[in-house]
Amino acid sequence: MRKMIEGSRAVAEAAGLCRPDVISAYPITPQTHIVEELSQMVADGDINAEYVRVESEHSAASVCLGAVAAGSRAYSATTSQGLLLMAEVLYNIAGMRLPLVITAVNRAVSAPLSIWNDHQDTMALRDTGWLQLYAENNQEVLDMHFQAYKISEDDRVLLPVMVCMDGFILTHTYETVDMPTQEAVDAFLPRYDPLYRLDPEDPYTLGAYAGPEMYQEVRYELQRDALASKAVVKEVARDFQAAFGRWMGDVIDRYRCDDAETVFIALGSVVGTLKDWVDARREQGEKVGVLKLRCYRPFPLEELREALAKAKQVVVVEKAVGVGGYGIVAGEIRAALYGQASTPPVSCAIAGLGGRDVTFETLDEMLKRARGGESDFFAGLRTELLEAS
Amino acid sequence: MKAETETSVVFERPRTLEPVRMHYCPGCTHGIVHRLVAEVMDEFGLAERAVGIASVGCAVFAYNYFTCDMIEASHGRAAAVATGVKRVRPDLFVFTYQGDGDLASIGIAETIHAAARGENISIIFINNAVYGMTGGQMAPTTLPGMKTTTTPHGRDPKVAGNPIRVCELLSSLEGPAYLARVTVTNPRLVREAKRAVRKAFEAQLKGLGFSLVEVLSTCPTRWGMPPQEALSWLDDNMVPYYPLKEFVVGEGLSELK
Repeated sequence: MRKMIEGSRAVAEAAGLCRPDVISAYPITPQTHIVEELSQMVADGDINAEYVRVESEHSAASVCLGAVAAGSRAYSATTSQGLLLMAEVLYNIAGMRLPLVITAVNRAVSAPLSIWNDHQDTMALRDTGWLQLYAENNQEVLDMHFQAYKISEDDRVLLPVMVCMDGFILTHTYETVDMPTQEAVDAFLPRYDPLYRLDPEDPYTLGAYAGPEMYQEVRYELQRDALASKAVVKEVARDFQAAFGRWMGDVIDRYRCDDAETVFIALGSVVGTLKDWVDARREQGEKVGVLKLRCYRPFPLEELREALAKAKQVVVVEKAVGVGGYGIVAGEIRAALYGQASTPPVSCAIAGLGGRDVTFETLDEMLKRARGGESDFFAGLRTELLEAS
Repeated sequence: MKAETETSVVFERPRTLEPVRMHYCPGCTHGIVHRLVAEVMDEFGLAERAVGIASVGCAVFAYNYFTCDMIEASHGRAAAVATGVKRVRPDLFVFTYQGDGDLASIGIAETIHAAARGENISIIFINNAVYGMTGGQMAPTTLPGMKTTTTPHGRDPKVAGNPIRVCELLSSLEGPAYLARVTVTNPRLVREAKRAVRKAFEAQLKGLGFSLVEVLSTCPTRWGMPPQEALSWLDDNMVPYYPLKEFVVGEGLSELK
């Protein structure tokens, strides 16, 4: 059913349609509307879930860990500082191979304190073993939740998934979305039937000590399966399209890239801005295109190589900083292209930090500077505020 | 002919309080408590050697209102940050200003352990039974039956647990030198609250150890009632659950009158 709804409410409804058995969360801006709506749904008996109001995100993640280990489907949502507070538990969940979905609302990280959007929080957690999907708009973010559980619980995967959505830009924006029926979701996402669960009849230990004689093998398997999960991400996107008729890409999506000389790569809602900008610049004769990095973990290495084979120039729009190093995503794109037949220059354009708008002017600046040969720069910087060096 | 007049100052803004408009909602009692803290810092001449630790929640911008040095801590970590500052500079006066979400929820471990260690710091703890800044969700101090955005039909202790009485909890420890619960719902109680703040600060200045003043406060916005009604609601509902009293009074500190 099509309805005009706030992004957070859309996510809450989608999470509810996934029939979680346990929800545990701690309120933090701009995630709050998601958990408020879910509290309401549980209190009203609209969904049959335990809602555990805990004292911190660290505990919320731990409650979810226990709930999944006991054989249930669990859900949480958080952002920024809360996500970082979860960090050690997130590593544990992935290491224990527990399927779980959380909504990671993207927000800048302190200090300075900011409640506004960028991607520093989830980028800091890219190596946890969680798969990461980044949503462009509210339809995509709600659809991603159905896909995320299906990917996560697949016996070939058994890894947790982070659905990343831009704080405020998506969470607090009203858009018309198509909300599927419970029947349709149930058909696509059956009840969770765990391969392993805590069972007194067949006891096993989760997260046990692994000495130097075996720790490396466990990590190897995690890496092997995380890389292999790409096939499942793609398969689930196709299954979703067959069931619901919507396609927003699988691991990547390309917009006007076929003859593009300059390809912009981005994650999340800024892809929408880029599409409008590409349309406008195309009218002026600029051969530009957008590649949406929809699935950042697993990293779509082969797909990116293929998609960029004909590009003359690549600009990676980054809403995070690999402080003291280089662009987090751009560095990986450069590595992906290294040794290929065609190795276009890859510029890393950092923008949109702490809620700074990425406008057409920002994108024009990126194009100009990338063409001028700059490889790493901040776009849209207010130079008048900078301390004299 | 000019009349001879004698003038004297009978009322002024505390020097330790910045002359700025606060962001708190109309009727919120944060403003009163800020003022009490500033007045006591003025009395003890602390502004020039005080470090305040601001928390996360409605008091997140406390650093805009006190003229002393301030640090914005991560959510819940104020007591630990204060510990670090005080251990390095025991000559400074170190206080935190935290709400119930920050102190009693995400930061309960830091609070209990700072108290257990008897850290020579002072904590102002605002208990308004709700997460104000994030939009009125259930706090650890939310009363049974109280409606919040995460307990829309009222807090049911069977599924959402029971409130935490922080002063009672901490009073079982050896570390605290001063623990008191006060409120500011009428002028007499405001004066009493100020005496409690004074004694908490005195405890630190005398090197007696950990001090905390819990101030029962209103949140008209998140409680959904006018300020006057919120004050009465606090008196009628919170005070019976959270009795106003001194729980620990260290040696050399006088009893509250």
